[in-house]
Formats: sequence, C-alpha cells, structure tokens
Amino acid sequence: MPRFLMCRPDYFGIEYEINPWMRLTIQVNRVLAEKQWHELYRVLTADLGAEVLLLPPVKGLPDLTFTANGGYVEDTLFISSAFKHQERQRETPRFEGWFREHGYSVHRLACECAFEGEGDALRLGDAIVAGYRQRSDIGAHMELARITGRQVLSVELVNPWFYHLDTCFAPLRDDVALYFPEAFDAYGRKVIQGHVEHAIAVSARSAERFACNALVVADTVVTNTGCDDLEEPLSRFGFHVQTVDLSEFIKSGGSAKCLVLRLDS
Amino acid sequence: MITDTIVLQGHIIDSLLLPKVLDQILNEGGEFEIEEVHIGRQRADPSYARILVRAPDEHAMEALLARLAVHGAFPTGRAELTLADADQDGVFPEGFHVTTNLETSVRYRGKWLPVEGIEMDCGIVVDPALGVARCTPMHRVRQGDKVVVGHSGVRVTPLERQGRGRLFEFMGSDISPEKPKWAMVQALAQELIRARAAARKSALVAGPAVVHTGGSEAVAELIQSGYVSLLFAGNGLAAHDIEYALYGTSLGVRLSDNAHVPGGHTNHLRAINTIRKVGSITAAVKAGILNRGIMYACVTNSIPFVLAGSIRDDGPLPEVITDVVAAVDTLRREVRGVDLVLVLGSTLHAVAIGNILPASARLVMVDINPAALTKLSDRGSFQSVGIVSDVGLFLRQLAQALPLER
Repeated sequence: MPRFLMCRPDYFGIEYEINPWMRLTIQVNRVLAEKQWHELYRVLTADLGAEVLLLPPVKGLPDLTFTANGGYVEDTLFISSAFKHQERQRETPRFEGWFREHGYSVHRLACECAFEGEGDALRLGDAIVAGYRQRSDIGAHMELARITGRQVLSVELVNPWFYHLDTCFAPLRDDVALYFPEAFDAYGRKVIQGHVEHAIAVSARSAERFACNALVVADTVVTNTGCDDLEEPLSRFGFHVQTVDLSEFIKSGGSAKCLVLRLDS
Repeated sequence: MITDTIVLQGHIIDSLLLPKVLDQILNEGGEFEIEEVHIGRQRADPSYARILVRAPDEHAMEALLARLAVHGAFPTGRAELTLADADQDGVFPEGFHVTTNLETSVRYRGKWLPVEGIEMDCGIVVDPALGVARCTPMHRVRQGDKVVVGHSGVRVTPLERQGRGRLFEFMGSDISPEKPKWAMVQALAQELIRARAAARKSALVAGPAVVHTGGSEAVAELIQSGYVSLLFAGNGLAAHDIEYALYGTSLGVRLSDNAHVPGGHTNHLRAINTIRKVGSITAAVKAGILNRGIMYACVTNSIPFVLAGSIRDDGPLPEVITDVVAAVDTLRREVRGVDLVLVLGSTLHAVAIGNILPASARLVMVDINPAALTKLSDRGSFQSVGIVSDVGLFLRQLAQALPLER
C-alpha cells in the first residue's frame, strides 16, 4: 500500500514571494483551498487506497502544506531539506520532529548546499533524477548519491517558472515519464530521453497548469485539471488520468505532487 | 593565459555533466586539458575528472569558474595555501612544494600573490608580515620560515604559445644541425640590437672553447658595444682569455696560425700566476698588464662578471668564487632581469644558469656537439633554440652581422 505524508492547508496563503508564481496581490481563497486539498486527500485514500499520514499545520508556515519539499525519504532514513529561502527554512524543525517521532533517522546534509527534498529528487527505477540551479545545489546530489548508494542523474533547471524538478518532470514508471522540455537545457533533455524509454513531452499550456506535477498510484495519474493532452498518450501506456482542481495551490506555484511526500520507496 | 584546475565528481558521465562543463569552457573562450579521469565501474559508482582550465586573464577565469561551480566543478586552486614552519635552517618541512621555472602565484589570505624570483627546484616562503611570497633555495630557508607545502593554493602560468621576437618564430625550438646558420645568426643579431635599444639585459655564458676557437675578439667587441649585460663563466674561460691576451695562445696553441708553441702548454698557468701576483683581474687591467680580450672588455666597460669555480680548476684566478653555493647565490643576484641568454660552448655553467632562470627567459645555445644542446634544452620549460656550430666561426659571423664599436 502506498504511504504518503500530507499537511492540511489550515494556514496556507501567500505571505511572501519566493517564486515567480507567487504574488502578494493575488490572495488565496482559503475555503476553496481547503475544499481542493480534501478532494485530493479523498482521491488518494478512498479512490486509490493509499495510506496518508498527516503533519500538523502551523500558523506562520503557509507553505508547510507542500510536504514534498520537506526532505527525501529512503527506507527509514529522512534526508532533511536545506531550504534555499529563509521563509521555508523555518519549516525544517517541524519535518524533522515528525520523522523522528515516527521512528525515522534524520540526516542533515553535511555540505553547505541547498536541497529541497522530493521537489528536486525523484526516483526513476533504481536511480534518482535530481534538479539543480533554481532551488537545490548540485553539491547536494553528490551527497544524496553517497547516502542512498544510488545513481543520481543531475539535470539543470533553466526556467525559473519551473523551479523544482517536480514541476517539469514526473516519473510514472521505470520506462514512462512526463516532462516539459523547455524547462531543461539540451543536456538535461538528452539525459531524460536517454534514461526514460517513453519520455512524454507535455505542451507549454499543460506545463503551465502543472501537468508534470503529477502523482502516480499504480496506474492512476493524479494531476491538476485542464491538462487535456495527457489522457491520450498516457492511456497508450496503460495509465488513466484522474484530475483534481488545485487552482488555489497553483497561485503559490504548487500542485498535486507538491502537496504529497512519498513515505514508501 | 592563466590556468587553474577543477575537479568534477559524481555521476558526471550519465548526467552529461562532463561534456557540459567542457563545452562551457570552450564556449567562454577557454581551453581545457583533461588531466585525470576515473569512470565508475557500475551505474551507482561515481566518476571523477580533474581538468586543467585555461582562460585569457584573471577576470575571465573568475567568471568561468563561478559558472562551472554551478555544475559541480570546483577549482582545486581556489583553496588557500598550506604552510608549514621550517624547523631547521636550510631544511624544508616535509612535503614542501617544489617550484618549476614557470611564473607562479600563491593564494594567500584570499588574494593571489606572485612568487618573487621564480626558479626551478626551490621552495616557496611566505612572509606574513609583508604579505610577499619568495622563491627560496634550500640552503636559504631559515628556521621559522613559513614554507608552502603540497599543491593547494599554487597556480602556475604556462608559457605563451607564441615565441617572443623574430628569433624564435624563425628558428622554432628544436635543435637540428642542418638549419641555415647565417639566417639564424642574422635573427640573433636583430634580437641583440633590439635588446640593446630597449635597455633589456642580455647575458653571455661562455666556455673556454670560445677562446680555443678564436672567438675572443668577437666577444670582446660584443661586450664593448653594449650587447652584453653580464658574463657568466668559469676559471677556464678567464684563464685562457688571459693566456691569449698575454701570450697569443690558448692551451698552448697560437691562435693566429694554429701552431703549437714550445712550452705553450704552460702558458695558461703563467697567465693565472701573473694575475694572482697582482691580486685580481681588475688590478691587472688597471696596471696595464692585461690590455685586451674578454676580461679586459668586461672591466673597462664595467660589465659584471661571475666566475664560478669547479673542482678541476688550475689556480684559480682570484675573482673565481670557489664556494659553489656562494657562486650560485651571486649569480642569482646578477641574473635578475635578464631576458636573453647566449650560451657559447659551455655545458656546466649553462646548466647552472638554466637552473635559476625563470621560464620567461630566452636561451640561444651554440655548441659543436648536438648532445650538449639536447641536454640543456631538456632541463625545463624554456624558450630555447640550439645551434650546432663551431663557436669561433659562429662568433665571427655574429660580429659581422652587428654594428660594433671596435
């Protein structure tokens, strides 16, 4: 059974601007955000049979709901993120505390580099694809490789609008992934195309609706509404798409995958 | 062009980071040389690459390295120096950094300091109070000196690709007996004229063959006409030059007609004895006893000379420095700022001066024996050219090619 960590958006809102999507002038509709989050939660637990554990929300930590960035999980080891921005650095004790309480050993990266967890590091088969430049430093990748013993394929994120790997890359299976080519440079595209047998390019329109910020449970791909060009290519590989409207979270630059941290590797 | 070294490690092959970094270096107008690569055997094994990077200047290098750092390429040369105290006079600490003769800088307190007086096979001592770094030979290190150890924080600048001056463009830098000598002589003459006009220092290293082959008048003329700023030689050259001045012979052979003079083999000893009697070569010139030749030209034109002794010297002449360590220290002082060195028929003294010159100095070496030239040019990074020729004939040709004060 797949296990995830989520955090209710009780205190979610735009309280600062740390990515191009965020505008203090465009405020979140709290009630709608709660409704949308609950729908995602319901799809995962009721429809897809996943177990979802909850991190308690904290006032003053509006982005805590984006649990994917809290760190990276490998078995019973939680590799804690070193957030680039001081605004999210305040979340670290909450994540570390929760993982310790739940029997994980907590590791902080030895290097002085930024690392934003599963937002920038996604499993592809036995390897990890990891993004760098926007939020995470490449130095973190070396340490990640050393700690996990896995091959880490580093890809540079060249577009500030796609500032986490999970906004432009979604490994759905060892041989299938969604990606937005313009978020990478030629080398990054080559790495993805070379390591994923069926790398499905999404259009700019869908990418802007966070199509790549997709969560996969068995053969169901959960993503934001309005990504119409996914159904057809994904069905060819045996996937079906379940959409959830996450408009309020997109205002903060996050969507389905950002709201969820995988606890099972 | 300046150089630095970067290290890239991790899954640099599969992530295409290695080609990306190399491409970036080239795109920014730099050059690279891969010094070492280890490729991980299995997928999860990391790979390693050490790459020498060249950039046109310090500013370009800083910018390039900053960009490369984003991709995980970290410069090794950025690290600060590692210093260790010498705990005895004349003894370097373990692991002391050994210099080359290439222009060198060291990173100390966040800044690049040029190493003063660079020569090969020495250590580097940093003076923290003055903030200077000096190239220091082993015998000169003092207890308590802060000596550079290891390679961290040391950067060398390779020689520029183009030779300087027409001399080297024309001749290239190899040694071949079969090259047009007259053209080479002309090129050297032009270079000497240019150096004199620009008040640049040129040194002459001369072996006794200069006198034996009848080249001493030509050398005296070169000195008199201001083409030589320093003479470096041994007891042999000076002794036979004085023998020729006093007796017209060298090693007992009359140079005018190549005839063996009876008892001539003792002439050089008598010459040395005469000088020792009067106290010095300079005194002999002042007294009018020595009135022609190379040493006479040096004294009368106030051109410094360093005569370094060897174990087989007769006499020796009074000005010969018999303590070899003292001799090389004297030479170090005198050779500062010398840009062009002409080596004529000398092996021992040529090697000695080669040991202490920076790579920026240019060497023109003339010898009848190609093996002697190969030995010298293999010593270190030098801009050098070897000319296989009888030294006397060469000098006569050179004298013809130069405007001289006779």
